[in-house]
Amino acid sequence: MAVTDYLRKRFMPHIWCPGCGHGIIMRALLSAVEKLGLDKNDIVMASGIGCSARMLGYVDAHTMHTLHGRALAFATGVKMARPDLTVVVPMGDGDALAIGGNHFIHAARRNIDMTAIVMNNSTYGMTGGQYSPTTGCGEYGTTAPYGTVVQPFDTVELASAAGASFIARTTTYHAREMARILADAIRHPGFSVVEVLTQCPTYYGRKNAKGDAVEMMEGFRDCAVPVGPLDDSGHATVTIDPEAVDAPIPIGVFRKEVRAEYCDAYRRQVIEPAEAAAAASAAASAAAGGEQ
Amino acid sequence: MIERFVLSGTGGQGVITAAIILAESALHHTGFHAVQTQVYGPEARGGSARSDVIIADREILFPKVLEPNVLVCLSQMAYDRYCSLVRPGGVVITDPHYVKRWQHASSRHVEVPLHDTAMRELGSTQAINICLLGALVRLIPIVPLDGVREVVSHRFPERFREANSAALDLGAGLVKESVTTF
Amino acid sequence: MSTAGQTERSRVQFLQGNEVCAEAALYAGMRYFAGYPITPSTEIAERLAERLPQVGGSFMQMEDEIGSICAVIGASLAGTKSMTATSGPGFSLMQEAIGYAVMAEIPCVIVDVQRGGPSTGLPTHASQGDVMQVRYGTHGDHSIVCLTASNHQDLFGIVVDAFNFSEVFRTPAVVLIDEVVGHMREAVRVPEPGELDLTERLLTDVPRDVDYHPYAPREDDRLPMSNFGGVHRYNVTGLVHDMWGFPSEKPKIVNDLIHHLYLKLENRKQMLTRWREWSLDDAEIVLISYGSSARSARHIMENRRSVGVPIGMIELQTLWPFPSEMIRTKCRHAEYIVVVEMNMGQIVHEVKRAVDRPERVFLSNRVDGEMITPTDIKHLIRVIQGKGV
Repeated sequence: MAVTDYLRKRFMPHIWCPGCGHGIIMRALLSAVEKLGLDKNDIVMASGIGCSARMLGYVDAHTMHTLHGRALAFATGVKMARPDLTVVVPMGDGDALAIGGNHFIHAARRNIDMTAIVMNNSTYGMTGGQYSPTTGCGEYGTTAPYGTVVQPFDTVELASAAGASFIARTTTYHAREMARILADAIRHPGFSVVEVLTQCPTYYGRKNAKGDAVEMMEGFRDCAVPVGPLDDSGHATVTIDPEAVDAPIPIGVFRKEVRAEYCDAYRRQVIEPAEAAAAASAAASAAAGGEQ
Repeated sequence: MIERFVLSGTGGQGVITAAIILAESALHHTGFHAVQTQVYGPEARGGSARSDVIIADREILFPKVLEPNVLVCLSQMAYDRYCSLVRPGGVVITDPHYVKRWQHASSRHVEVPLHDTAMRELGSTQAINICLLGALVRLIPIVPLDGVREVVSHRFPERFREANSAALDLGAGLVKESVTTF
Repeated sequence: MSTAGQTERSRVQFLQGNEVCAEAALYAGMRYFAGYPITPSTEIAERLAERLPQVGGSFMQMEDEIGSICAVIGASLAGTKSMTATSGPGFSLMQEAIGYAVMAEIPCVIVDVQRGGPSTGLPTHASQGDVMQVRYGTHGDHSIVCLTASNHQDLFGIVVDAFNFSEVFRTPAVVLIDEVVGHMREAVRVPEPGELDLTERLLTDVPRDVDYHPYAPREDDRLPMSNFGGVHRYNVTGLVHDMWGFPSEKPKIVNDLIHHLYLKLENRKQMLTRWREWSLDDAEIVLISYGSSARSARHIMENRRSVGVPIGMIELQTLWPFPSEMIRTKCRHAEYIVVVEMNMGQIVHEVKRAVDRPERVFLSNRVDGEMITPTDIKHLIRVIQGKGV
């Protein structure tokens, strides 16, 4: 199957601005899905609200465009009902880390098998360029006309502390690597977080004098520092030479470890023993009834 | 026939469990209707505990007990608070270990030494609520003692069955004759 | 004891109302519950945490009530009958997602065990203050199903009805009980399998690879569904959408969808209305009540009847859509109508809107956290009759 076979061409053209990085992420995701040879009927995508959330309207899968920040909670229900399905959740930085922060950390803690793609453009694009939880300290947005006064979240650190078992970061400049990482994340049996730094030239780029889309992507290229290989415990070492790069962005796979997956653990620890005990108890009372 | 019980005491004594067992025994071992409610506070242990049980030969609509025929108090605070609610002709049951009684002319007062007996015979008050049930259904014979025994045996794990049965008999043995509440 | 007798004995159980909700949901085929602990509804979650895995289902304690209702909607979309349970503060948090289930037409059941409010209010005390929140709590024009009951046997059936209505109309259905019914224990006979009708999801018969229109209603307003993971892939959204589920802002599409969401329920009150009535034939005074208040109302109704007062009663079990036609017809000849509820007046306004001569309608209420008593109602009746208290 070709990558374009996974598209709903009926609903094109898409709503994204010229230069927006979200289309690159969609292309990389479809490449990953195509490479994995997934059946379209086995893919569920859930999204929240924002520019990122509109991706799934164009993907020919079971798609659920839900509420701002809540996509992971909806996806959790889908996965519990149908653990056999492949669940992918594209989210924005505000979606995942502000309004949906609680769902994000708890989905990570549960290690439920789904792939969260945090499409981080450091702004709320759909509402017109307000500062987000990943806007850098001192950077500008329409609600930060004097610059923000808070530190941004580090998505990788947050996911790591919350217990996600697969964590990676990449950028829209690294499109081919992104496709490989996404394929790896989807295959990983647990909660996978892939942060993709993406450009919003319309708002974030303009407000912060970052140039046009091409210049923003060149920024990703110049700042990216690959992390080291994974060690035996599934953790990568990050070595940054502060002299070499100004504002370095570590990219690559930070963690990949095998831990009990929620649906699987619940089935083994809860459902199977409870069903067996209930069946035994029913058999015992049937036998007792028969004797009397 | 309608009998209205209030079982009260301190959180952790098990009076609410006793109320549930009393009502459930009435349901399964008499032809009567039974309803149980309870007053909830924020504390799980300590604080006051109160549960209402109504047993009647007809459908029970209003489920709360405003004026009990039978009031059980296993704490002074409960006694002081609820004693005046008892209907004329009703009965107040207390344990002298917990409650210092004061006069109340229109109701009868029965003292049952549950605490001291349980400490002497069972070595702890863990099953004081089961002793209470034994005494209560001997005093107010609305539910057969063996009916209560059957419900108790289903409600707790198998390993407590004999101990609970003994506690029930111990409580019942503390009461020589029944009283009428009308 | 015979086997049949023993079976019957185990069918009659002495349960809390909350436990009845759990058992009835299992009976209805609910196999996924997501929730968050909150008094006075927690016993529903506790019982289902134990019982659901025994029948192969899943219980999940979520990070909050928002996550709970969202997970429930997701599981339902993937084909599993699903439920959550909460009380006022959690119900407030769920409102946005309830609107999503209305808009995306995804069946689900929410139990709200009311406590005193507003805010944290009275966690362990009786109130019926959430009636209007069920109807209007989520933003935007819509209709919704809300059922209630005053006793455990009716409650069992009402919970099953809620699942059935939710599937038939692809709507969230709210089971609205209160602290008294939720915590009270009384007998309930668990029906035999097959004794109560269960409505299963209406699935589309459109074959694979043929264009399926998930949001094109049939003439009876029903939408045959294709569960996620099935052979039809489509988009589900909380935005106004066309027949494919794709966002649209075309005025005709918007207008049709809003009418559909509202009228699919409001036009079918005859099917949706559940109620009980007593002694209405010659009643000069009609009591209208629901939930635990209806127990006190019926108590005083029977008490007054026994001394010759011409009084009757309607117990509402369907609160939304409000059965205005039924109320208008049955109250036509009443001299006085007394609505008994534990709030500052919510259903009373619906009754006033429904009847002719609304000046006949009075409110008997109590909002101090204590259950309204038969005597409270008697006093109001005497005042209306000019007899004083």
